[in-house]
Amino acid sequence: MTTKTMATNVYGWMNERLGLSELAAFARKKTVPVHAQSFWYYWGGITLFLFMLQCFTGVLLLVYYRPGVEAYESVRQITFVMHFGWLIRSAHAWAANLMLFAILVHMFSVFFMKAYRKPREFGWLSGMVLLALAACFGFSGYLLPMDELSYFATKVGLQIPVAIPWIGPVIANILRGGPDVTEFTVQRFFALHVVVLPALFIPLLAFHLWLVQRHGNAMPESEEAKPAAERKSMPFMPNFLRKDIAMWIISLNVLALLASVFPWALGKSYDSLAPAPMGIHPEWYFMSPFEMLKMLGSVLPGEAGEIAGMLLFTLGIVLWILIPFYDTSKESGRRGRAAHYFGLLAVFALLATTVIGYWTIR
Amino acid sequence: MSHSAISENIVEEHAENGDVKARRAFLAAAGAAGVCYAAALAYPVYRYLASPSEMALSASAVTEVTLKDAQKLPTGSVLMFKFGPSPAMLIHHENGQWVALTAVCTHLGCTVQYEPQMDRIHCACHGGVYNPYTGANVSGPPPKPLKLFKVAVNDAGVEVSRA
Repeated sequence: MTTKTMATNVYGWMNERLGLSELAAFARKKTVPVHAQSFWYYWGGITLFLFMLQCFTGVLLLVYYRPGVEAYESVRQITFVMHFGWLIRSAHAWAANLMLFAILVHMFSVFFMKAYRKPREFGWLSGMVLLALAACFGFSGYLLPMDELSYFATKVGLQIPVAIPWIGPVIANILRGGPDVTEFTVQRFFALHVVVLPALFIPLLAFHLWLVQRHGNAMPESEEAKPAAERKSMPFMPNFLRKDIAMWIISLNVLALLASVFPWALGKSYDSLAPAPMGIHPEWYFMSPFEMLKMLGSVLPGEAGEIAGMLLFTLGIVLWILIPFYDTSKESGRRGRAAHYFGLLAVFALLATTVIGYWTIR
Repeated sequence: MSHSAISENIVEEHAENGDVKARRAFLAAAGAAGVCYAAALAYPVYRYLASPSEMALSASAVTEVTLKDAQKLPTGSVLMFKFGPSPAMLIHHENGQWVALTAVCTHLGCTVQYEPQMDRIHCACHGGVYNPYTGANVSGPPPKPLKLFKVAVNDAGVEVSRA
């Protein structure tokens, strides 16, 4: 038997049982629209790639990381004793930041292309939950080294739910595992970071990707207005996939460069009696909400300001999440424009408060 | 076919050959670059994962261990200790003789134990038996004897070194 006939036989055997030819037919049929805004289609894929990198580097860190009392010592060991441990840890931290950046780009491109409209509402909603989970990944992972910065960041971060009336303090205590951030906190954040969050994130991600297969890529309004014959597209296999992979390799190179040229620092071990270090500030992706709350606090001092801030914030987020349900039709130009301006306002507010936040770090 | 037509044909063939060659060379270069890229990614990951075995290797470079106060070990008893990364045993026999050997069974690597009442070294995993004076494999599956160390007893302790 020649190699070729053997391969055909193996394929036939598998195909009979797994229906590979249907999959191949589907892959052949799948196309991606080509237009001036096609560039934005890559950002979901970049996010996916960075998430896979997070899983890979995360498992590598898991090989030596020890949560609980030894958390700092084990991260010190990873960073300074194990060969290339600094690089693996740096790649994990940098990829986390790049992934959040890619998610934000992906979200805003979806928003401005109005890709959340029927039938893609679930894509938008699942994406919003994925973003929230990614933020939880970032927040829980930040504590795990238990150095000075992560200790205070978690202390401050867990002070925010305290502002919720009645149940706030209970939630904060449950998350912290006591009234203060201790080794109990790092132990439960570890469980969240490596078990609970992935168990929620991965199935939801699968659902999100399945929806993309089901509905295909959304087109911007300018493209949809064109007659079908004038629209251009390219096959997913292999043309778009090839470009996708090229984007992944570019992302990997950017990550390798950042991780090796700017290795992620490890501060002093936390000390519950030491004062907060000067210039301490939230990670960039939490800077904007932090700054907004601070600004509101100076207008409305005390508890009133905190509660007003939380309300305003919740309202903004709810409006953002529900956009597919009030910006529905292609025809109503007025509502569509209002949604567009809402998006621009959100981008402006996020950028402005982030810049002010960094500007005013003492 | 005229003379010029033939030569044209030959030129074209040459160009095609050149194309194929260039294409092959390009593919080979791209493949080599891909392999280098993958290796550059895999190397740090391998070294990272291999760190503990490298540390153990440097620990096994130990040639001498001093066991403080081990000279007080009563006769007919044993002291387990680590020689580099692996377990070893110091036996003080009833006749006053000192013997130190590796405590790793040569069969499948279990830690062996000294049984003074039977006057033997026994491995519980698969029933291997060694001579407690020479380390020789007496019965059971072990293929090789346990390695003996040199022992020097003084007032401060016992010095065990590679024989």
